Amino acid sequence: MSVAVEKIGLYPRLRRLALPRTLISGTIIIGVSLLIAFFPALFAPYDPIAFDYKALLKGPTLAHPFGTDSFGRDVLSRVIHAYTIDMQIAVFATVGPFIFGTIVGAYVGYAGGLAEAIFGRVVDAVITFPFLVLVIAIVSVLGPGLGNMYVAVGIVGWVFYARLVAAEVKVQKRLDYADAGRVMGYTPMRIVFRHLLPNAITPAIVYWMTDMALAILLGSSLGYLGLGAQPPAAEWGVQIADGKNFMSTAWWISVFPGIAIVIIGLGFSLLGDGLAQLLRVRR
Amino acid sequence: MSVAIDTGLGLTVRGLTALFNTPRGMALAVADVDLDVAPGEMVGLVGESGSGKSVTLRSIMGLIQTPGHVTGKVEWGGRDLVAMPAEELRRIRGSEIAMIFQEPMTALNPVLPVGLQLEENLVAHTRLNARERRARALQLMNTVGIPAAERRLNEYPHQFSGGMRQRAMIAIALACSPKLLLADEPTTALDVTIQDQILKLLLDLRDRLAMSVVLVTHDLGVIAGTCDRMAVMYAGRIVEMGTVIDVFRQPRHPYTRGLLGSVPRAGAVRTMLSSIEGTPPSLTDLPAGCAFHPRCSFATDICRQERPPLLSLGNDRKAACFHHDRVAAAEAIL
Repeated sequence: MSVAVEKIGLYPRLRRLALPRTLISGTIIIGVSLLIAFFPALFAPYDPIAFDYKALLKGPTLAHPFGTDSFGRDVLSRVIHAYTIDMQIAVFATVGPFIFGTIVGAYVGYAGGLAEAIFGRVVDAVITFPFLVLVIAIVSVLGPGLGNMYVAVGIVGWVFYARLVAAEVKVQKRLDYADAGRVMGYTPMRIVFRHLLPNAITPAIVYWMTDMALAILLGSSLGYLGLGAQPPAAEWGVQIADGKNFMSTAWWISVFPGIAIVIIGLGFSLLGDGLAQLLRVRR
Repeated sequence: MSVAIDTGLGLTVRGLTALFNTPRGMALAVADVDLDVAPGEMVGLVGESGSGKSVTLRSIMGLIQTPGHVTGKVEWGGRDLVAMPAEELRRIRGSEIAMIFQEPMTALNPVLPVGLQLEENLVAHTRLNARERRARALQLMNTVGIPAAERRLNEYPHQFSGGMRQRAMIAIALACSPKLLLADEPTTALDVTIQDQILKLLLDLRDRLAMSVVLVTHDLGVIAGTCDRMAVMYAGRIVEMGTVIDVFRQPRHPYTRGLLGSVPRAGAVRTMLSSIEGTPPSLTDLPAGCAFHPRCSFATDICRQERPPLLSLGNDRKAACFHHDRVAAAEAIL
């Protein structure tokens, strides 16, 4: 009897431990990346912007495992130091749109009517332009640099979050518990943000993870084009751009930062998928 | 039976009408409903699905949203809930008038702990601080008979059984000691033994808190076991009204008669259950005259041409039928 009871008592806890594998692998990749991003000096063997004219365009060796670039800078150290900037891009370029988009989406979804009609046209206007073209246009108006890049991505990016949250709130507000909130005499503000939003935010959180991967790609693209992080700062896009003239003779300058982008993108995607699975099960 | 304690004027509904603008035309979901609920009284509202019982409750509470439109008067303590500004109505909802729903799983927020949802009501309507709210929440859990209240306050709705969820829902509704409880089929989703417990709880709370209750149900047994008075709805209108004893003893509307005849009775000689022929009419396309005439065995020409008014028959009895005498005199069905 007591054994059976124990088994039942243990079972939910065991099941809670069975996290999706995608979530675990994603968390490991992103966790390690964050560690590198916070303490790059611990991992990098060289100063990322120190020139070494005795070792120009050297291929991978034991002294320089990822080789050196045209100024003799150690590619491994630059890739490692780039984690700081690129993880920063992933967070800063998305957290603003996530918060602002969620608030606007929650309001629009609950209010409906005119607010929804206006919002619908704004969404149309934003999504008819290709995302990258719009961001590049805004950056070229504001001027190149990381700060302006965050602004440009923010201006465009919130729309996607708002659309997700609005759609979900629209569903949730028709459910009984929303009516129950109304008959309890809660203010609309309270109903939306305290009661509906926790139920409606899951897709936005999952999209957020994917969006971080996209933000790094975008940051690298803009860095490549000279509109994002500025040289000599170590940033993957900037590094790939640095190496483009040496592709046939010194492939390592561009390839290793490229691999870093692939890994981090994979990490965020796995994390997003894993979260989606986890939150769906919880429901 | 009813403990009339003078705590106000109760609820007075006059000419309540709810129209829905649907693609198939205007749907008259509630038409010209008059209803009085005295303090401490339990009134049952009974009818088939789609007869307008739930919409009546939701109209009283101001829950009808576009494309619906509500007219008429709902007087509560001398104020008209229909005409009242939203902010004033919000203050009354949840504190003076509360409502519980049919399916407590969907009426409780799935992602918030039950205790937090309980305290939300207190946050909205009282100035209690966090510790006082917690104490009140515990007290409410005990009032509605949820054991191990301390622990269960931290649990989520999905950890509660159906009956416990409905108790939690009732506890939330009772948080500010409402004077009127609107119960929208509170026991329909529960099995019979739990149903009995919840109804007993409602009766007990009615007596202890001197609160009025409007109970919507399609279950005549529930009405018989709990209510003082009852109103029978058909196609959005009240067709018969009276004390539960009077209506059950001698129905004066053929629809009520049909409803009563379709209830199986334990202990009686086993016979075929009678049923009401046909289906309820579409609310966008009501028949001319009495809405019930196509299904009525008492119907005559006048029923097809004129709509019978809800006539007062004395002794707090009302019926909307031209032939209520014939219905009353017809062979007993029970």
